[in-house]
Amino acid sequence: MMHRMDRSVYMDYAATTPVDPRVTDAMLPYLTEHFGNPNSLYTLGRDAYRALESARESIAAGVGAQPQELVFTGCGTESDNSALIGISQMAAERKSRRHIVVSAFEHHAVLHPAEWLAKNGFDLTIVSPRADGVVHPGDLRAALRDDTALVSVMAANNEIGTIQPLAELAEAAHERGALFHTDAVQALGKIPFDVSEVGVDAASFSAHKIYGPKGAGVLYLKKGTPFRPLLMGGGQEFKKRSGTQNVAGAVAFAKALELMLAEQADEAERLSALRDRVVGGVLDGIANTRLNGTGPKLPGYANLIMLGCEGESMLLQLDSKGIAVSTGSACSSGSLEPSHVLLAIGCPAEEAHGSLRVTLGRFTTDEDVDRFLEVLPPIVERLRSMNPLYERMYGA
Amino acid sequence: MYSEKVMEHFNNPHNVGVIEDADGVGEVGNPVCGDVMKITIKVDDDRLTDIKFQTLGCGAAIATSSIITEMARGKTLEDAARITKQEVADELGGLPPAKMHCSVLATDGLKVAIDDYLTQHGREPLGEPLISSDPNFDPHAETHDDACDL
Ligand SMILES: Cc1ncc(COP(=O)(O)O)c(C=O)c1O
Repeated sequence: MMHRMDRSVYMDYAATTPVDPRVTDAMLPYLTEHFGNPNSLYTLGRDAYRALESARESIAAGVGAQPQELVFTGCGTESDNSALIGISQMAAERKSRRHIVVSAFEHHAVLHPAEWLAKNGFDLTIVSPRADGVVHPGDLRAALRDDTALVSVMAANNEIGTIQPLAELAEAAHERGALFHTDAVQALGKIPFDVSEVGVDAASFSAHKIYGPKGAGVLYLKKGTPFRPLLMGGGQEFKKRSGTQNVAGAVAFAKALELMLAEQADEAERLSALRDRVVGGVLDGIANTRLNGTGPKLPGYANLIMLGCEGESMLLQLDSKGIAVSTGSACSSGSLEPSHVLLAIGCPAEEAHGSLRVTLGRFTTDEDVDRFLEVLPPIVERLRSMNPLYERMYGA
Repeated sequence: MYSEKVMEHFNNPHNVGVIEDADGVGEVGNPVCGDVMKITIKVDDDRLTDIKFQTLGCGAAIATSSIITEMARGKTLEDAARITKQEVADELGGLPPAKMHCSVLATDGLKVAIDDYLTQHGREPLGEPLISSDPNFDPHAETHDDACDL
């Protein structure tokens, strides 16, 4: 279905996904003939408005929200930033609560605004997940204070895929009168997720992780949640996010979510089986390897450690064989630190450097997994043979 | 992004291995930081006649290790010990700023191996300054990039 190069294998669906052709079909008319501004009063504008609002209704139904509780944003990062800063600042003003809590393995789209708030009048407490890759409600309870304004814990982690006990975490926050935000960018559409069932006050979503386009996000804000907009201007999106809406993006988001939900159960089963083959093949076929995070995981996610190999080297060698994966190693992305996620779950730095994140998705086939399991072992063996410490550290 | 030359040396590194009857050995780096390099050398008449390396590290760490073995072979000990991280990077057609510390690993590894040879023969080490053993050396200093998590 997807256009693919000869023998190219994409196994980085947590980073982004190709736009599903059914999604492209749904969105294209809103880039071409129905190009109107949804805020214009004439027919062209009203058509765009109707498409925007029906996308909002459809997404709202998909996540258990009311349509007026959804704000279209420019990306998942914007949703996270707006929630952290917009809610905390308003809660501080209204209720003089000046403490926030986030988990240590949040995406930087949450961590960095939290750190910014800490430099701008707030106290910040960071709660660590345990070695299983899960934030335990008891640990969150211990971090809460009477003046906690906002807690933010992600629904599922982007590097290790572990699913968080959101309902219990949100309840713990509410017991102390704090609001609860979750970054559900990775979880959306892959596991059942209903904002009213888990009882969150705010949630962030992004279209490009669910076979929609990049640059389309949604922020759920439960009715009555204190919020100050980050973007001010024309007052669109119930005055919560000014800027002419990305109608095609919203339509695409709705279609993408509809497909995710329709295919969720079957895909979960299929991807879990493929993931088990990847994990089994690596752990049984290559010595000195292990899996990160023992808690429940999103289907298709595996974070593996190949002791004595450096992640970027593995990534580049796999790429030269046409296989795309990612790594939590230092040298991977312009940063020299090993992944903060792996460090947060207690993975030693020297091991975190040998991590590979393999994430499977809609277009992954059995043959892709075969190819990966055929190509990886000689790469690991070669890199280990070049490692002056391998025998000393991990030899028999 | 890496230059073509970096990728060439990363994919087909030259002089990988260990010289069993080496005249000098240098090992630098730390697995906690993600890179370790070991260099073994053969010396004849104060010239490097053979060099081999083993490296644990990223693409740049392996490429800089490979290129320095080529640059140093045939040079006098003194000339080889003076190869700078910038010369290594230039020879590779440049390195991304965040990866400049990798060339430090290569130049330091070579200096340690040369001094190992000299001290074994009861001679004064050249004592070229090791950048990586300076307590103020910060491999992160040359980049302000953040991890780009996806
Ligand atoms: C958990 C998580 N939050 C936020 C984001 C940011 O989303 P976006 O790329 O749409 O800004 C991502 C992905 O990059 C993510 O994985």
